[in-house]
Amino acid sequence: MGWMGETIDSIKSIQIRQLLTQAISLGMIVTSALIIWKALMCVTGSESPVVVVLSGSMEPGFKRGDILFLHMSKDPIRAGEIVVFNVDGRDIPIVHRVIKVHERENTGEVDVLTKGDNNYGDDRLLYAEGQQWLHRHHIMGRAVGFLPYVGWVTIIMTEKPIIKYILIGALGLLVITSKD
Amino acid sequence: MHSFGYRANSLLTFAVTILAFMCAIVSFSFSNQTPSAQIQILNINWFQKQPHGNDEVSLTLNITADLQSLFTWNTKQVFAFVAAEYKTSKNSLNQVSLWDAIIPEKEHAKFWIQISNKYRFIDQGYNLRRKDFNLTLHWHVMPKTGKMFADKIVMSGYSLPDAYR
Repeated sequence: MGWMGETIDSIKSIQIRQLLTQAISLGMIVTSALIIWKALMCVTGSESPVVVVLSGSMEPGFKRGDILFLHMSKDPIRAGEIVVFNVDGRDIPIVHRVIKVHERENTGEVDVLTKGDNNYGDDRLLYAEGQQWLHRHHIMGRAVGFLPYVGWVTIIMTEKPIIKYILIGALGLLVITSKD
Repeated sequence: MHSFGYRANSLLTFAVTILAFMCAIVSFSFSNQTPSAQIQILNINWFQKQPHGNDEVSLTLNITADLQSLFTWNTKQVFAFVAAEYKTSKNSLNQVSLWDAIIPEKEHAKFWIQISNKYRFIDQGYNLRRKDFNLTLHWHVMPKTGKMFADKIVMSGYSLPDAYR
Protein backbone atom coordinates (compact mmCIF):
# COMPACT_ATOMS: atom_id res chain seq x y z
CA MET A 1 0.00 0.00 0.00
CA GLY A 2 2.90 2.29 0.68
CA TRP A 3 4.32 2.19 -2.87
CA MET A 4 0.85 2.83 -4.39
CA GLY A 5 0.53 5.92 -2.30
CA GLU A 6 4.02 6.97 -3.39
CA THR A 7 3.20 6.46 -7.10
CA ILE A 8 0.00 8.45 -6.84
CA ASP A 9 1.86 11.24 -5.07
CA SER A 10 4.64 11.35 -7.68
CA ILE A 11 2.12 11.53 -10.54
CA LYS A 12 0.28 14.36 -8.82
CA SER A 13 3.49 16.31 -8.18
CA ILE A 14 4.68 16.01 -11.81
CA GLN A 15 1.39 17.39 -13.08
CA ILE A 16 1.48 20.33 -10.71
CA ARG A 17 5.07 21.15 -11.64
CA GLN A 18 4.28 21.00 -15.37
CA LEU A 19 1.27 23.22 -14.89
CA LEU A 20 3.29 25.74 -12.93
CA THR A 21 6.04 25.76 -15.55
CA GLN A 22 3.56 26.40 -18.31
CA ALA A 23 1.92 29.16 -16.33
CA ILE A 24 5.27 30.79 -15.71
CA SER A 25 6.27 30.61 -19.41
CA LEU A 26 3.00 32.24 -20.35
CA GLY A 27 3.60 34.93 -17.78
CA MET A 28 7.11 35.47 -19.16
CA ILE A 29 5.76 35.97 -22.67
CA VAL A 30 3.15 38.49 -21.52
CA THR A 31 5.72 40.33 -19.40
CA SER A 32 8.25 40.53 -22.26
CA ALA A 33 5.59 42.03 -24.51
CA LEU A 34 4.83 44.61 -21.81
CA ILE A 35 8.53 45.41 -21.40
CA ILE A 36 8.95 45.97 -25.14
CA TRP A 37 5.89 48.25 -25.18
CA LYS A 38 7.11 50.34 -22.25
CA ALA A 39 10.61 50.56 -23.73
CA LEU A 40 9.10 51.84 -26.99
CA MET A 41 7.22 54.45 -24.99
CA CYS A 42 10.50 55.62 -23.45
CA VAL A 43 12.44 55.67 -26.72
CA THR A 44 9.84 57.57 -28.71
CA GLY A 45 8.86 59.90 -25.87
CA SER A 46 5.19 59.40 -26.60
CA GLU A 47 2.44 57.81 -24.58
CA SER A 48 1.35 55.64 -27.45
CA PRO A 49 4.23 54.98 -29.81
CA VAL A 50 2.12 53.08 -32.32
CA VAL A 51 -1.42 54.00 -33.39
CA VAL A 52 -3.86 52.51 -35.87
CA VAL A 53 -5.56 54.78 -38.41
CA LEU A 54 -9.31 54.50 -37.82
CA SER A 55 -10.87 56.94 -40.26
CA GLY A 56 -10.45 57.92 -43.88
CA SER A 57 -9.77 61.59 -43.23
CA MET A 58 -6.13 61.36 -44.34
CA GLU A 59 -6.67 59.38 -47.53
CA PRO A 60 -5.07 58.59 -49.87
CA GLY A 61 -1.99 58.90 -47.71
CA PHE A 62 -3.19 56.92 -44.69
CA LYS A 63 -5.97 54.45 -45.13
CA ARG A 64 -8.06 52.82 -42.42
CA GLY A 65 -6.05 49.94 -41.00
CA ASP A 66 -2.57 51.42 -41.43
CA ILE A 67 -0.19 51.64 -38.50
CA LEU A 68 1.65 54.88 -37.69
CA PHE A 69 4.88 55.13 -35.71
CA LEU A 70 4.99 58.19 -33.53
CA HIS A 71 7.83 60.19 -32.07
CA MET A 72 7.64 63.16 -29.74
CA SER A 73 10.54 65.54 -29.30
CA LYS A 74 10.94 68.99 -27.83
CA ASP A 75 11.32 70.47 -31.33
CA PRO A 76 8.76 73.16 -32.07
CA ILE A 77 5.65 72.22 -33.96
CA ARG A 78 5.71 73.43 -37.55
CA ALA A 79 3.23 73.53 -40.40
CA GLY A 80 3.05 70.39 -42.48
CA GLU A 81 3.80 67.94 -39.69
CA ILE A 82 1.36 65.12 -39.16
CA VAL A 83 0.47 65.12 -35.48
CA VAL A 84 -1.60 62.92 -33.23
CA PHE A 85 -3.65 64.80 -30.70
CA ASN A 86 -6.28 64.27 -28.05
CA VAL A 87 -9.24 66.59 -27.72
CA ASP A 88 -10.54 67.14 -24.17
CA GLY A 89 -13.55 64.95 -23.71
CA ARG A 90 -12.78 62.52 -26.52
CA ASP A 91 -10.77 59.39 -25.86
CA ILE A 92 -9.83 58.48 -29.43
CA PRO A 93 -6.76 60.37 -30.68
CA ILE A 94 -6.90 62.03 -34.07
CA VAL A 95 -4.15 62.02 -36.70
CA HIS A 96 -4.17 65.12 -38.91
CA ARG A 97 -1.80 67.61 -40.48
CA VAL A 98 -0.88 71.02 -39.02
CA ILE A 99 -1.91 73.82 -41.35
CA LYS A 100 -1.49 76.92 -39.16
CA VAL A 101 1.03 77.76 -36.45
CA HIS A 102 1.22 80.89 -34.29
CA GLU A 103 4.13 80.75 -31.85
CA ARG A 104 4.39 83.29 -29.01
CA GLU A 105 7.52 85.35 -28.79
CA ASN A 106 8.40 85.05 -25.13
CA THR A 107 6.85 81.94 -23.73
CA GLY A 108 7.23 79.64 -26.75
CA GLU A 109 3.62 78.59 -26.39
CA VAL A 110 2.01 77.78 -29.66
CA ASP A 111 -1.47 77.87 -31.22
CA VAL A 112 -1.96 75.14 -33.80
CA LEU A 113 -4.75 74.44 -36.27
CA THR A 114 -5.04 71.04 -37.94
CA LYS A 115 -6.94 69.57 -40.86
CA GLY A 116 -7.32 66.13 -42.34
CA ASP A 117 -5.99 65.97 -45.91
CA ASN A 118 -9.21 64.42 -47.18
CA ASN A 119 -11.54 66.72 -45.21
CA TYR A 120 -13.03 69.83 -46.71
CA GLY A 121 -12.72 72.08 -43.67
CA ASP A 122 -10.31 72.43 -40.78
CA ASP A 123 -10.64 70.65 -37.45
CA ARG A 124 -12.33 73.42 -35.45
CA LEU A 125 -15.53 71.33 -35.54
CA LEU A 126 -13.68 68.51 -33.81
CA TYR A 127 -12.16 70.60 -31.06
CA ALA A 128 -13.92 71.11 -27.72
CA GLU A 129 -16.68 73.68 -27.34
CA GLY A 130 -15.24 77.14 -27.86
CA GLN A 131 -11.73 75.90 -28.58
CA GLN A 132 -10.12 77.56 -31.60
CA TRP A 133 -6.57 76.26 -31.36
CA LEU A 134 -4.63 73.25 -30.17
CA HIS A 135 -1.76 73.70 -27.71
CA ARG A 136 1.38 71.72 -27.12
CA HIS A 137 -0.08 69.64 -24.32
CA HIS A 138 -2.81 68.30 -26.61
CA ILE A 139 -0.26 66.81 -28.99
CA MET A 140 0.95 63.29 -28.30
CA GLY A 141 3.42 62.81 -31.09
CA ARG A 142 4.40 63.29 -34.70
CA ALA A 143 3.97 60.54 -37.28
CA VAL A 144 7.37 59.55 -38.63
CA GLY A 145 6.79 56.25 -40.37
CA PHE A 146 4.09 53.85 -41.31
CA LEU A 147 3.21 50.29 -42.22
CA PRO A 148 0.17 49.55 -44.37
CA TYR A 149 -2.63 47.07 -43.53
CA VAL A 150 -1.10 45.70 -40.31
CA GLY A 151 -3.58 47.58 -38.13
CA TRP A 152 -6.60 45.67 -39.46
CA VAL A 153 -5.97 43.02 -36.77
CA THR A 154 -6.60 45.63 -34.06
CA ILE A 155 -9.64 47.06 -35.82
CA ILE A 156 -11.26 43.65 -36.24
CA MET A 157 -10.59 42.75 -32.62
CA THR A 158 -12.08 46.02 -31.40
CA GLU A 159 -15.18 45.99 -33.57
CA LYS A 160 -15.99 42.31 -33.26
CA PRO A 161 -14.85 41.39 -29.74
CA ILE A 162 -16.06 37.80 -30.22
CA ILE A 163 -12.98 37.22 -32.39
CA LYS A 164 -10.76 38.41 -29.53
CA TYR A 165 -12.32 35.85 -27.19
CA ILE A 166 -12.04 33.07 -29.75
CA LEU A 167 -8.37 33.89 -30.31
CA ILE A 168 -7.50 34.01 -26.63
CA GLY A 169 -9.49 30.82 -26.00
CA ALA A 170 -7.65 29.02 -28.80
CA LEU A 171 -4.26 30.23 -27.55
CA GLY A 172 -5.10 29.14 -24.03
CA LEU A 173 -6.16 25.73 -25.26
CA LEU A 174 -2.93 25.41 -27.24
CA VAL A 175 -0.84 26.21 -24.19
CA ILE A 176 -2.63 23.73 -21.96
CA THR A 177 -2.55 20.87 -24.42
CA SER A 178 1.01 21.30 -25.68
CA LYS A 179 3.40 18.73 -24.33
CA ASP A 180 6.30 20.99 -23.50
CA MET B 1 10.47 19.09 -32.96
CA HIS B 2 10.24 17.97 -36.54
CA SER B 3 6.49 18.05 -36.95
CA PHE B 4 4.78 20.01 -39.68
CA GLY B 5 3.37 22.45 -37.12
CA TYR B 6 6.77 23.44 -35.75
CA ARG B 7 8.33 23.83 -39.17
CA ALA B 8 5.44 25.91 -40.45
CA ASN B 9 5.61 28.09 -37.33
CA SER B 10 9.36 28.75 -37.62
CA LEU B 11 9.08 29.44 -41.34
CA LEU B 12 6.25 31.90 -40.84
CA THR B 13 8.02 33.74 -38.02
CA PHE B 14 11.21 34.01 -40.05
CA ALA B 15 9.35 35.23 -43.14
CA VAL B 16 7.44 37.90 -41.22
CA THR B 17 10.61 39.10 -39.50
CA ILE B 18 12.48 39.43 -42.78
CA LEU B 19 9.52 41.25 -44.35
CA ALA B 20 9.35 43.72 -41.46
CA PHE B 21 13.11 44.26 -41.67
CA MET B 22 12.92 44.97 -45.41
CA CYS B 23 10.05 47.39 -44.92
CA ALA B 24 12.13 49.23 -42.36
CA ILE B 25 15.43 49.51 -44.25
CA VAL B 26 13.63 50.82 -47.31
CA SER B 27 13.68 54.15 -45.47
CA PHE B 28 17.42 54.43 -45.88
CA SER B 29 17.50 54.61 -49.65
CA PHE B 30 17.78 58.21 -50.81
CA SER B 31 17.79 59.26 -54.40
CA ASN B 32 19.10 62.40 -55.98
CA GLN B 33 16.51 65.05 -55.28
CA THR B 34 16.40 68.36 -57.11
CA PRO B 35 12.96 69.92 -56.75
CA SER B 36 12.34 73.48 -57.88
CA ALA B 37 9.55 75.98 -57.48
CA GLN B 38 8.54 79.56 -58.06
CA ILE B 39 5.66 81.51 -56.60
CA GLN B 40 4.34 84.82 -57.79
CA ILE B 41 1.68 86.96 -56.18
CA LEU B 42 -0.46 88.10 -59.07
CA ASN B 43 -2.95 90.17 -57.16
CA ILE B 44 -4.04 91.23 -53.70
CA ASN B 45 -7.77 90.65 -54.05
CA TRP B 46 -8.73 92.35 -50.82
CA PHE B 47 -7.19 93.25 -47.47
CA GLN B 48 -9.50 93.98 -44.54
CA LYS B 49 -9.72 94.08 -40.80
CA GLN B 50 -12.46 91.67 -39.76
CA PRO B 51 -15.14 92.51 -37.17
CA HIS B 52 -13.40 90.34 -34.56
CA GLY B 53 -10.26 92.48 -34.91
CA ASN B 54 -7.99 90.25 -36.98
CA ASP B 55 -6.51 91.16 -40.34
CA GLU B 56 -7.40 89.04 -43.32
CA VAL B 57 -6.01 89.14 -46.83
CA SER B 58 -6.98 87.31 -50.01
CA LEU B 59 -4.31 86.73 -52.66
CA THR B 60 -4.13 85.24 -56.11
CA LEU B 61 -1.00 83.13 -56.46
CA ASN B 62 0.78 81.74 -59.48
CA ILE B 63 2.63 78.57 -58.47
CA THR B 64 5.11 76.76 -60.73
CA ALA B 65 6.87 73.68 -59.43
CA ASP B 66 8.77 70.61 -60.55
CA LEU B 67 8.73 67.89 -57.89
CA GLN B 68 9.30 64.95 -60.21
CA SER B 69 12.70 64.07 -58.72
CA LEU B 70 11.08 63.24 -55.38
CA PHE B 71 9.22 60.22 -56.73
CA THR B 72 10.76 56.76 -56.25
CA TRP B 73 9.37 53.24 -56.49
CA ASN B 74 8.41 53.55 -52.83
CA THR B 75 6.48 56.80 -53.10
CA LYS B 76 2.74 56.62 -52.61
CA GLN B 77 2.06 60.33 -52.87
CA VAL B 78 3.67 63.71 -52.32
CA PHE B 79 1.71 66.24 -50.29
CA ALA B 80 2.69 69.76 -51.31
CA PHE B 81 1.56 72.97 -49.66
CA VAL B 82 2.39 76.66 -49.74
CA ALA B 83 2.62 78.52 -46.45
CA ALA B 84 3.14 82.17 -45.65
CA GLU B 85 5.62 82.75 -42.83
CA TYR B 86 5.99 86.02 -41.01
CA LYS B 87 6.85 87.54 -37.65
CA THR B 88 4.84 89.92 -35.52
CA SER B 89 5.50 91.67 -32.23
CA LYS B 90 3.36 89.19 -30.32
CA ASN B 91 4.31 86.03 -32.20
CA SER B 92 7.86 85.02 -33.06
CA LEU B 93 6.63 82.80 -35.88
CA ASN B 94 3.39 82.55 -37.79
CA GLN B 95 2.87 79.92 -40.44
CA VAL B 96 -0.38 80.01 -42.39
CA SER B 97 -1.04 77.40 -45.05
CA LEU B 98 -2.54 79.01 -48.13
CA TRP B 99 -2.88 76.11 -50.53
CA ASP B 100 -2.20 72.40 -50.63
CA ALA B 101 -2.43 69.55 -53.09
CA ILE B 102 -1.94 65.82 -53.17
CA ILE B 103 0.28 64.64 -56.03
CA PRO B 104 -0.33 60.95 -56.57
CA GLU B 105 1.97 60.33 -59.54
CA LYS B 106 5.20 61.54 -61.04
CA GLU B 107 3.43 62.83 -64.16
CA HIS B 108 1.41 65.30 -62.09
CA ALA B 109 4.44 66.57 -60.18
CA LYS B 110 5.43 69.18 -62.71
CA PHE B 111 2.70 71.78 -62.64
CA TRP B 112 1.68 75.38 -63.09
CA ILE B 113 -1.38 76.64 -61.25
CA GLN B 114 -3.05 79.98 -60.70
CA ILE B 115 -5.47 80.13 -57.78
CA SER B 116 -6.61 82.29 -54.93
CA ASN B 117 -5.73 81.06 -51.46
CA LYS B 118 -7.57 77.90 -50.47
CA TYR B 119 -7.33 78.61 -46.75
CA ARG B 120 -8.00 81.98 -45.21
CA PHE B 121 -4.97 84.07 -44.43
CA ILE B 122 -5.97 85.49 -41.03
CA ASP B 123 -3.57 87.02 -38.52
CA GLN B 124 -3.82 86.89 -34.74
CA GLY B 125 -4.24 90.63 -34.44
CA TYR B 126 -3.99 93.40 -36.97
CA ASN B 127 -0.31 93.40 -37.87
CA LEU B 128 -0.38 92.64 -41.56
CA ARG B 129 -0.10 96.13 -43.03
CA ARG B 130 3.29 96.64 -44.70
CA LYS B 131 4.28 93.16 -43.48
CA ASP B 132 7.14 91.33 -45.19
CA PHE B 133 6.68 87.61 -45.43
CA ASN B 134 8.20 84.47 -46.93
CA LEU B 135 6.32 82.01 -49.07
CA THR B 136 7.54 78.48 -48.60
CA LEU B 137 6.67 75.47 -50.70
CA HIS B 138 6.74 72.41 -48.42
CA TRP B 139 6.54 68.85 -49.58
CA HIS B 140 5.90 65.72 -47.57
CA VAL B 141 6.84 62.45 -49.25
CA MET B 142 4.56 59.66 -48.05
CA PRO B 143 5.99 56.23 -48.85
CA LYS B 144 4.26 52.95 -49.56
CA THR B 145 6.07 51.73 -46.46
CA GLY B 146 8.64 53.15 -44.06
CA LYS B 147 9.86 56.54 -43.01
CA MET B 148 8.23 59.73 -44.27
CA PHE B 149 10.35 62.75 -44.91
CA ALA B 150 9.67 66.39 -45.62
CA ASP B 151 11.55 69.42 -46.85
CA LYS B 152 10.85 72.89 -48.20
CA ILE B 153 11.97 75.75 -50.44
CA VAL B 154 11.82 79.21 -48.88
CA MET B 155 11.15 82.18 -51.12
CA SER B 156 11.41 85.56 -49.50
CA GLY B 157 10.76 89.08 -50.53
CA TYR B 158 6.98 89.29 -50.55
CA SER B 159 5.11 92.03 -48.75
CA LEU B 160 1.62 93.26 -48.12
CA PRO B 161 0.41 96.79 -48.89
CA ASP B 162 0.42 99.69 -46.42
CA ALA B 163 -3.32 100.18 -46.29
CA TYR B 164 -6.48 98.16 -46.36
CA ARG B 165 -8.26 97.83 -49.67
